[in-house]
Amino acid sequence: MLDDQSVKALCQAAREEGCTISQLVLRDQAEQMELPQEEVYRRMEERLAVMEESIRAGMDPELRSNSGLTGGDAAKLFSYAQSGGLTGGFLNRCMARAMAVAEYNAAMGKVVAAPTAGSCGILPGTVVSLLEEGRCSRREAVMALFTAGAFGMVIAQKASIAGAQGGCQAECGSASAMAAAALVELMGGTPEQAAHACAIALKNQMGLVCDPVAGLVEIPCIKRNVSGTAIAFSSAELALAGIESKIPADECIEAMGEVGESMPCALKETSQGGLAATTTGQRLREQVFGGAACRTER
Amino acid sequence: MNVFDIIGPIMIGPSSSHTAGAVRLGRVAWKILGEKAVRADIALSGSFAQTYRGHGTDKALVAGIMGFHSDDGRIRGSLQLAEQSGLAVTLREVSIPGAHPNTARISLTGVSGKTVEIQGTSVGGGNILVTELNGMAVSFTGQYNTILVLHRDKPGAIAAVTQFMAESGVNIGNFRLSRPRKGGEALMTIEVDGEVSDGLMGRLQALEPVQQAVLIRAI
Repeated sequence: MLDDQSVKALCQAAREEGCTISQLVLRDQAEQMELPQEEVYRRMEERLAVMEESIRAGMDPELRSNSGLTGGDAAKLFSYAQSGGLTGGFLNRCMARAMAVAEYNAAMGKVVAAPTAGSCGILPGTVVSLLEEGRCSRREAVMALFTAGAFGMVIAQKASIAGAQGGCQAECGSASAMAAAALVELMGGTPEQAAHACAIALKNQMGLVCDPVAGLVEIPCIKRNVSGTAIAFSSAELALAGIESKIPADECIEAMGEVGESMPCALKETSQGGLAATTTGQRLREQVFGGAACRTER
Repeated sequence: MNVFDIIGPIMIGPSSSHTAGAVRLGRVAWKILGEKAVRADIALSGSFAQTYRGHGTDKALVAGIMGFHSDDGRIRGSLQLAEQSGLAVTLREVSIPGAHPNTARISLTGVSGKTVEIQGTSVGGGNILVTELNGMAVSFTGQYNTILVLHRDKPGAIAAVTQFMAESGVNIGNFRLSRPRKGGEALMTIEVDGEVSDGLMGRLQALEPVQQAVLIRAI
């Protein structure tokens, strides 16, 4: 059985076996689930297909969330991307895909929690983007999701992937780190480079709080999926350029876990602090829910 | 944990706790009822009461009560579907003292007039904890295959059931008994390892002290 308790162990196992992290994880998970590798692969491909469909559906300019607070911005960004914008069409289109999926989630669309519903746009914005842009094959994209999953499992076990436990750094931060590692493997980088990309992405989102306006997975979650996507790309670029994280990935993960623990409750999905507590945040809450009268029972 | 806990589940958004978990709570109530529901009275407490409209928690619960899974696209239109199919739904915002913020109480009436009431909590990541069934304290999460055995409280009832499970090669991971009063209706909550076949449930149901046996399959 694969030791999925540390990034270091993952990289070492891949080096010893002379394979990629995704090949290693596919083989290990098939063994653990007592299923043929083809079946485990098929299940991941099914998730890729749901991600693709959520990108398509989320690009609808008429899309609106249940609360009416969000929707339609992905279409705006995708259309803007055609101009090339400031940083080029590619990055803008990738960010638009992340936004589409996060907006579709808020509109009760079908998504893949990756690792959570709140951070569901980042892997579509990165890995699925490379597929849609013709930069990799379908098989490579499916395999990259295994790499992302491998890093996610380490993060979930060493720290947390829940906003209520670790803040947004644990949700969008983790998704971004998983995506950065997957992008490196997709572009032919080594397992060590993938680990550096994971570390760099985590470092860039460390301390990010979870402060959803009105308790809804919309503001600021949707836009944080966009920045998480951009950070995944910048982190992967650094690692592919041969730049190393001075702090190893495992230590970054541990630090993220400790920062999450020391974060006050008001900043961990309770909507009592941060953006949720701003004047406008509270006004939006009133707008959606009004003054809900509760009566006591028992 | 496996890789699909991280890349997954496939679900209808926006929230694993307020939407996906809520579908599951509704589904558990429906499974225990064991027939089509014609009436559902739902009480929401805490964060569920405050934010259900934004998260679609009401739609999710009703979808579950109609037997849908948490990745079913029909969740979005479940309130209309309920109306069309003859399921009358009422929803109340309440405050249940001491309850977890994401708690719902669901009372169902089935086509035959049978009723069931559960109280449960969505504890995060789509996971749930059912804490009450027909006024009896229970505790199961749905992470394991769970068998609920409603029976008459009398000597040998537990032995009959556990003996049957042993002979059938089913390993019990967790066992809990709830008995509000001596000689009355009692409930065994049994979490088991591995698969449970329909045939096994049929034979369990046929045991003498058993009034009803329900299988809640793991997530």
